[in-house]
Amino acid sequence: MVPLWMYLAVAAGLFCIGAYGVLSRRNAVAVLMGVELMLNAVNINLIAFWRYVSPLNMAGQAFTAFVFVVAAAEAAVGLAIIISVYRNRRSVIVEDVDLLKW
Amino acid sequence: MIELNVQTIAFLIFAACILGGALGVVTTRNLIHATLYLVLSLFGAAGFFVLLSAPFMAAVQVLVYIGAIAILIVFAVMLTRSMTRLRDIYNRQWVMSAIAAGLLFVLLMVGVILPVWGVGGAQAGREVSEVVASTAELGTALVSPNQFVLPFEVASLLLTAAMIGAIVIARDDE
Repeated sequence: MVPLWMYLAVAAGLFCIGAYGVLSRRNAVAVLMGVELMLNAVNINLIAFWRYVSPLNMAGQAFTAFVFVVAAAEAAVGLAIIISVYRNRRSVIVEDVDLLKW
Repeated sequence: MIELNVQTIAFLIFAACILGGALGVVTTRNLIHATLYLVLSLFGAAGFFVLLSAPFMAAVQVLVYIGAIAILIVFAVMLTRSMTRLRDIYNRQWVMSAIAAGLLFVLLMVGVILPVWGVGGAQAGREVSEVVASTAELGTALVSPNQFVLPFEVASLLLTAAMIGAIVIARDDE
């Protein structure tokens, strides 16, 4: 099998690309896509460690299932907020939504 | 060194899908194209799950991520049409973001490649067990009282709350 560190390296790259997207994009939908990429990197890590370290313990896969649930909830609520903001302000640019900025 | 067999080739193809798709997501101007790149990246991750003998997770990845979340994002992109083709897709701190992401990557790779965790670290050439828990065992674990039934129920509650919240937030006020 492919050694464990190669999976971890791909996941690390995916996480950093996602983090770059979150930090640098202006469109809120693109920011949300970056978050999805980061959550996916976490899932790859969890499954890789589960397979290589303790493939008989279900905790790894169960955690992945919970990450899926949280990702789905986050996407639904996040996109609802984005659509609501767009309806009120005609913009989904992150910098335009600075009502809470002191 | 790593021998070149079918599994390694599949790994490399899926890794290229994941990283190439992710780069497409963060660099494409047109958000519909970015969503398609996101689907490519998620599909590569599903391939990884198959290689890691977690077929149920691969199926969930395709159904939930590609089938539901990606479609949801396409809807959001289409409902905010005037925002799909911005002139500047990056904000002012994109150079600093790139440096931060690069530093984070270097840090993570130090943890992954160098033997900083001692002999049991990710580099250890440990024996990979041939016996893998099946999907049936995952199902049992998720509903067994002394394993994950409480987190499972809490997750269901979270999904319900998120769904109601999404409906309330996105609803028209009229």
